[in-house]
Amino acid sequence: MKSSFIKLGRLFGCLLALGLASTLVRAADAAPAAAATPAAPAATPKKPEPTLEQRVADLEAYVTNSDPSGPLKDDKGKVPDGLVTATSAVAGPGHNAWMMTSAALVLFMTLPGLALFYGGLVRKKNVLSVLAQCLGCAGLVTILWWAFGYSFVFAGGDGAGPIIGDFGKYAFLKGVDSVPNGDYGYWVSQNVFSMYQMMFAIITPALIVGAIAERMKFSAIMLFIGLWMVVVYFPLAHMVWGIKGYMNGVWNADAAIKAIDFAGGTVVHMSSGWSALILCMILGPRLGFGKEKMAPHSMVLCMVGTGMLWVGWYGFNAGSAIAADGVAANAYMTTTLATAVACFAWGVIEKLHRGHASILGFCSGAVAGLVVITPACGFVNATGAIIIGLLAAAVPYIFVTFVKAKFGYDDALDTFGVHAVGGTMGALATGFLATADVNANLNTNLKDIVGKTLWIEQVKAIGVTLVLAVVGTLIIAYIVKATIGLRPTEDVERQGLDINEHGEEGYVL
Amino acid sequence: MKLIIAIIKPFKLDEVKEALAAAGVEGMTVTEVKGFGRQKGHTEIYRGSEYTVDFLPKVKLELAVSDDTAAKAVAAITAAAKTGKIGDGKIFVMPLEEVIRIRTDERGDTAI
Repeated sequence: MKSSFIKLGRLFGCLLALGLASTLVRAADAAPAAAATPAAPAATPKKPEPTLEQRVADLEAYVTNSDPSGPLKDDKGKVPDGLVTATSAVAGPGHNAWMMTSAALVLFMTLPGLALFYGGLVRKKNVLSVLAQCLGCAGLVTILWWAFGYSFVFAGGDGAGPIIGDFGKYAFLKGVDSVPNGDYGYWVSQNVFSMYQMMFAIITPALIVGAIAERMKFSAIMLFIGLWMVVVYFPLAHMVWGIKGYMNGVWNADAAIKAIDFAGGTVVHMSSGWSALILCMILGPRLGFGKEKMAPHSMVLCMVGTGMLWVGWYGFNAGSAIAADGVAANAYMTTTLATAVACFAWGVIEKLHRGHASILGFCSGAVAGLVVITPACGFVNATGAIIIGLLAAAVPYIFVTFVKAKFGYDDALDTFGVHAVGGTMGALATGFLATADVNANLNTNLKDIVGKTLWIEQVKAIGVTLVLAVVGTLIIAYIVKATIGLRPTEDVERQGLDINEHGEEGYVL
Repeated sequence: MKLIIAIIKPFKLDEVKEALAAAGVEGMTVTEVKGFGRQKGHTEIYRGSEYTVDFLPKVKLELAVSDDTAAKAVAAITAAAKTGKIGDGKIFVMPLEEVIRIRTDERGDTAI
């Protein structure tokens, strides 16, 4: 008892120290500004006025989701000092509204979508453990994101490289306010953008929970995820989406690998799925695996969760346009088509192969469709989405049915079979099916390779993601195993994690 | 007096209850049970995992009847619960030594 109070004290100590550090960083920044102020009024140059054309062009930039500083630039491509319009450095209400809605939708995917999808699939003695793990991810990742996560992933500037962002720039969300960050969205407040991207960082480690369900200590999961975010997720998200990222083919002209990933096929699904496979193999199977019945305790909860995931995924995919524009609209359509096709096709395959079209089959198909369309949704047309939907049903079906049985790893809720396999296949399919007809941004830096050799770049990105996820997870899992241990005692596991780890029961009759 | 225990398919419960009432049976106790006979169990498949479920859900009826009513009650259950397919269930009939109505302390046939 006493030692747990000391642990708690340490945790709050750490948080307090982080908060203090953030205040100091702010103070240091504020100092030079204060010193410079008195000199300013001495020489007041005449403030340039925007022309009517410039003001109209700025409003048009809002409608077309383009750069509002563009119409203000002079012959040399620079905005004259002091030239502003009413739309300079403010968010566009429509784009902002959609991104705040999208952020809430992506959070809804985890809480409670994924929690119920996974929670229904475990035995009833472990339902709360899954819910606790999803809530734990939301809290822990938010703290990391505030302290340095956003900075590592999205801070550009001189301190940023191809692998990791500039820590000092936005640490503790310093300077992340309602003014848009033009690197990622001309019309979306940076604080909204930051919160939106944080929701992705929350759901990614929560996906891993599926593979290791029912048999890992809560403390070990939280430690693993804390380290995994730093070692695997932040660098990977920066490489794929950071403005200077190593694999950001769409926006970074200097990207070494000119790959594309619209909403996270590599960053979210490949990374979590492959890490889940490695972690579940190091952890070992559940006690009684293959001998005892481990059927889902509630297909009703599972289906409810699946519906929430599907709805939330519109924020995930269409929101990844970081605007309420035509690219988002296309992503909305392709997401729907691929998901519905995969959902139905999985049911049909099951009916032909096993004789029943099951609820779990429809749910698995829907999630697989959502996963595979994720990297492609903003880059493919309706035909591409249908092809992806069919692939999403067929290939993961083979993995969860035959491959898992053959190799005998206990990927309890099929995180590997659906997310790793689906994410990898989606990243590759995007290379073949992407077309600039639905997304003109593909013409900016990738005009020469789209429809030709883009798939080779995708293969390279898949390789980098796979190596980072596998090696990172191997190291972290063994560190956690050697320090606090991965598994609860046999008694705890047999009795259930709910009453032992969380002191509660899911169902009291 | 006889004690009749019948194991039937759950969806036949209403028909059986009505047939018994028509046959003059005034009370019964019903329990949801699980078990198997020649029908055996079934398999459930969750993605790649296949589980055999040995015990199927059934309904168990227990009723105490006078010797005169016993044959009519058994005939009523048999007629109402029959589908002709495997798994229709069983009826067990056994002698009943004593019946006591707790409220009045009545014994024997009058207590039924």
